[in-house]
Amino acid sequence: MTSPQSIKEKALLDEERVRRVELMISQLLRLGIAASLALIAVGTFMSFLHHPDYLSSSDALLRLTRPGAAFPHTWHDVASGLSALRGQSIVIIGLLLLIATPVMRVAVSILGFVYQGDRLFTLITTVVLCLLLLSFALGKVE
Amino acid sequence: MNRHPSLLSNLVTAYMTLLQFDLLILLVSVIAGLFGSILGLGGGIIVIPALTLLFNIDIRYAIGASIVSVIATSSSAAATYVRERMTNLRVAMVLEVATTSGALTGAYLAGHLSVRWLYVIFGVMMGYSSLMMFRKRHETTTVMVKSAPWADYLRLHSSYFDRATGQEVSYRVVSTRIGLGLMYIAGVVSGLLGIGSGALKVPAMDLAMRLPIKVSTATSNFMIGVTAAASAGVYFMRGDIDPYIAAPVATGVLIGAALGPHLMGHLHSTTLRKIFVSVLLIISVQMLLKGVRG
Repeated sequence: MTSPQSIKEKALLDEERVRRVELMISQLLRLGIAASLALIAVGTFMSFLHHPDYLSSSDALLRLTRPGAAFPHTWHDVASGLSALRGQSIVIIGLLLLIATPVMRVAVSILGFVYQGDRLFTLITTVVLCLLLLSFALGKVE
Repeated sequence: MNRHPSLLSNLVTAYMTLLQFDLLILLVSVIAGLFGSILGLGGGIIVIPALTLLFNIDIRYAIGASIVSVIATSSSAAATYVRERMTNLRVAMVLEVATTSGALTGAYLAGHLSVRWLYVIFGVMMGYSSLMMFRKRHETTTVMVKSAPWADYLRLHSSYFDRATGQEVSYRVVSTRIGLGLMYIAGVVSGLLGIGSGALKVPAMDLAMRLPIKVSTATSNFMIGVTAAASAGVYFMRGDIDPYIAAPVATGVLIGAALGPHLMGHLHSTTLRKIFVSVLLIISVQMLLKGVRG
């Protein structure tokens, strides 16, 4: 037995759950952005601190932004740079966190649809996450 | 290295320090984030030409920085668009199945297809889309009577609050299957050509699925981050993401894209449509030229 009253209450409850999920996704994105911005800013500040010539000479700019410029782009480089507290490695961690944020958004959306009790959309979002992870995996092989 | 550096770009980079370079790029990127987040195209359309033409940066690093800028635009603006219910989350999730599988196909096809012809085909397609979108400019509210079994089943219909008119606008979504097909193509293109697929996503949602223009750009903006993230890992491993370039780009774009959604709320749909159509026309001409010149 479902009275019109209880149907209305259920609709309101559903609506509130949808709203909560929206706010959760928005919050996650803000968190990801804030953390990566902080890492990028701290890393940039540190590399300026370690290399005063970045503020005075134009050679450094050419060296660092021309083809063949040396900067970490493997996990090993980043890890060893981090242990030496190098600014550019901190910047890279910030950039990688930024890249990972949309992927985390998809993962959190799955939880959101589970919470809403929406099986179809839980499935759809899980497929998206699997395809994303697959493209990461295939990309590395090349 | 760019073989024909313009006089301007030589002047800009030859006498600059890294700090001045960072600050200038930051400024350009704020503008890129602002426009990218309003139009749902990502920051790449401004970041790539600015880096290569003004700062004489190698195209590889410019594309690497542009991928980062697309992700930054998407996440930064989506935080606000989702909160304000401008993004249609359900439409985005459904269409992401098509864009991600398209991107996978594109990466697989790369090297097997003539890229020149692709540029010509998509240049023509975008030119046609911009024309069709321009013709729709006088439509304000569309009363859709067309049946939409897929959209009904997936519960895609929704509404948003338009700040420019102060009204809640309800809309119905139609042609979900055509939308999925177009998104698959958009995914293939971004996997193949590495260009931001927002220029195909927005027209598909606007023309085929009949989403309001503001919802189309906000939803496209939401989706492009996922498409770009899928390829960003590869670019990083390949060494195309130079932190000295990507860091100021990401910072500026994050700031610009945080401001964009507030501006977009106050824009009239017709104005937004006109700006979008003009930008799409420029992109289509650029693509045609690339295809013709080879």
